[in-house]
Amino acid sequence: MNETPKPNSFRSGPDEDGRFGIFGGRFVAETLMPLILDLQGEWEKAKNDPAFQKELADLGTHYIGRPSPLYYAERLTEHLGGAKIYFKREELNHTGSHKINNCIGQILLAKRMGKTRIIAETGAGQHGVASATVAARFGLPCVVYMGATDVERQAPNVFRMKLLGAEVKAVTAGSGTLKDAMNEALRDWVTNVEDTYYLIGTAAGPHPYPEMVRDFQAVIGQEAREQILEAEGRLPDVVIAAVGGGSNAIGIFHPFLDDEGVQIVGVEAGGHGLDGNEHCASITAGSPGVLHGNRTYLLQDQDGQILEGHSISAGLDYPGIGPEHSWLNDIGRAEYVPIMDDEALEAFQLLTKLEGIIPALEPSHAIAEVIKRAPKMGKDQIILMNLSGRGDKDIFTVGKILGMGL
Amino acid sequence: MTSRMDARFAKLKAEGRPALVTYFMGGDPDYQTSLGIMKALPEAGADVIELGMPFSDPMADGPTIQLAGQRALKGGQTLAKTLDLARDFRKSDSDTPIVMMGYYNPIYIYGVEKFLDDAIEAGIDGLIIVDLPPEMDDELCIPALAKGINFIRLTTPTTDEKRLPTVLNNTSGFVYYVSMNGITGSALPDPSLISGAVARIKGHTDLPVCVGFGVKTADHAKAIGAAADGVVVGTAIVAQVAGSLTRDGAATPDTVSAVSTFVRGLATGVRSARLVAAE
Repeated sequence: MNETPKPNSFRSGPDEDGRFGIFGGRFVAETLMPLILDLQGEWEKAKNDPAFQKELADLGTHYIGRPSPLYYAERLTEHLGGAKIYFKREELNHTGSHKINNCIGQILLAKRMGKTRIIAETGAGQHGVASATVAARFGLPCVVYMGATDVERQAPNVFRMKLLGAEVKAVTAGSGTLKDAMNEALRDWVTNVEDTYYLIGTAAGPHPYPEMVRDFQAVIGQEAREQILEAEGRLPDVVIAAVGGGSNAIGIFHPFLDDEGVQIVGVEAGGHGLDGNEHCASITAGSPGVLHGNRTYLLQDQDGQILEGHSISAGLDYPGIGPEHSWLNDIGRAEYVPIMDDEALEAFQLLTKLEGIIPALEPSHAIAEVIKRAPKMGKDQIILMNLSGRGDKDIFTVGKILGMGL
Repeated sequence: MTSRMDARFAKLKAEGRPALVTYFMGGDPDYQTSLGIMKALPEAGADVIELGMPFSDPMADGPTIQLAGQRALKGGQTLAKTLDLARDFRKSDSDTPIVMMGYYNPIYIYGVEKFLDDAIEAGIDGLIIVDLPPEMDDELCIPALAKGINFIRLTTPTTDEKRLPTVLNNTSGFVYYVSMNGITGSALPDPSLISGAVARIKGHTDLPVCVGFGVKTADHAKAIGAAADGVVVGTAIVAQVAGSLTRDGAATPDTVSAVSTFVRGLATGVRSARLVAAE
C-alpha cells in the first residue's frame, strides 16, 4: 500500500473533497452521492485494516503473481544506443495487464459493502477481463459495458469475458468506445444503486475512485522503486508510462513523485495527429472540463460538448484523463507528450522482434517515447517504463493494418 | 420581490391544484420548432417549463432524451442558443417560470458568471444541474442563489433522512423528487410509495415538492398530482417530438401539435388530481 506522504509532498492529494488543485471532485447525480460517501467511508476503514491489507497482499502474491519482474531490456538498449531501459513487467500479471491490481482491491471492498452485483466499463477489454476474472473468483455476477467499436476490435477479450461468465453489453451510443461505455455503466449504476458495485477501471471518476485506484495501482511503483535500487543502486532518470485514463501511469509514477531527480513522462495517444480531432491527447490538446464525475483535461468543443477522439489503441481511446495527471501537469511535476498511431505500431513491432515480448498497443505508445528519448540520453542514464499489458488481444488489429493474413 | 416561481406556485395553491411541469429539449430537432414547442406548452396547460440543455454525454438520461440531445446538437444547438430560446419566449410570455435543466460542463465552459448574467437577462428562473450535488455547491449553486436564480435540487429514494437536510439546504423554487433510482424514461413506481416520500420531504421543507421520472399518461399525472405539489413530465413529451419527425429526424407540420395535444391531456389529468384526492 502507498506510504504516508511527507508534508509539502506531491503525494498528499487529494484533499477531503477529492480535489487535486482544481481537478477531481464529485460531479455525480444525487442518486449516487450517498453510495459514493459510503464507499469513501468503507475505503478509509479498509485502508487501515490489517486484515484487508493481508488479504490484498496474499491475493497479490498467489493470484496475480506479484511482484512482477523488473526486466533490463538489453537488446533494445543496445539497439537504441543510449540510456539503459528497464521494463516493469505488468503484462506478466494474471489476466495480462496491470488492471487486475485494482480489480482485486475493489472486489474486496465490494464484498465488505455487501454488494452482490459487479458492473464495469472497458475499452481494450483488459479491465473487463480483469473484472470478469475477480467476479468469477468471488462468485459475483458481472456485467461489462463495452463500446460496439471496441467489441469488434478487441474480440479475443470479449470471448475471454464471456468464458469467465460475464455478460458483455455492447454500447452503440456515440462512437461506441470507452466514453460511451462509461456513460452506460453510470446509467446502470444509478438504476441499480442498492445492490451494485461499480468497479471503475481507471484512476478517474468521482472521488474516491481516482485516489483509491491509484493506491491499488501504486504497488507497481513501490515494487519498481525497490527493484531498480537493488539492480542499479540508484533511482531512474526518467519514468515513462502510457496514459489513457491513466491508472497504470499513476501507479508507477506516484511512489517516485517526491524523488526530485526523477523525471516523470506520461504518453498520450496522438492518434492521426493533433491538428484535427483524430486523437486522444487530453492534456496536450484539450482543456479543463467536467465529465464522468470529475474535473480534468478533456477533449471538447467551444460549447463544452465532449469530442469522440481517436486512437489505434482501444484502451487509450478516451477523451479525458485522471484528475491527478491534470494536476501533475499543471504544477509541472510531470510532462505529457503525444505519440501517433504509426509510431506506436512501429514500437510494437520493434519490441516484439528485439525482445520477444508482444506488448499491448497501449504501452506501445510508451515504448515509442522510449525509442525517441533513449538515444539522446547517456549510457549511464536509466529509463524505467511500465509495460502495462501484453499484446495478444491486439494481434488481429495489427495484422489487419500490416496486411498480414491471420 | 416575489419571484416568478414563487408567484406561480402561490397561484396554483390558491387554485387548489398541482403544477404541471413540462420538460422539452432545447433545439430538438431545430431552433424554430423547439421555440414553437416552448410557446405551445403554456397554451396547452403547462405551468412551469423545464428547458433542456443538450449535452453530448447525458449520464443520467435514458435513450429518449439522449437521442433528443443528439438531434439538437446535430441541429447546431449551443448553450447560447438555448438562452436565446428563453429570450424569444419571454417576448410573449412574462409569467411562466423557466428552469434550465442539464449538465454542468457546457455552463462551466461558457463561464459561470457570464452564464448567470445572461440567464437572468434571458428570463431564466431556475436551474437543475444533474451532476452538481450539494458537495459541489461552490461551483454554481451559491453564485446562482446570490444572483437570484433558483437552484432546484433532485432528491431520490437514496436520499435518506440523514442526507435530506444536506440536499434541501440551498435548494429554492421547488424540490424535484425523482421517484425512483434510475435514468429518465423508466417505468412509474407505485403512487402510494410516492405520497409517503413526498410527506417525508415535506417534513423538512416548506418548498413545493414536484415529482417526476416515469410519468407518461394523463392517468399517471392525475395519480401523482394527488400526492404532490407538481408533476414533472419529460421523456413522454420528448417521445411525442421524436414520434412526429421524418425518418431523417426533421420536424414536420405535426411536431408542435403532437406536443400540444399530449400536454393538453396531461393538463386535464393534473387538473382533476385533487378532485380524486378529495373524494
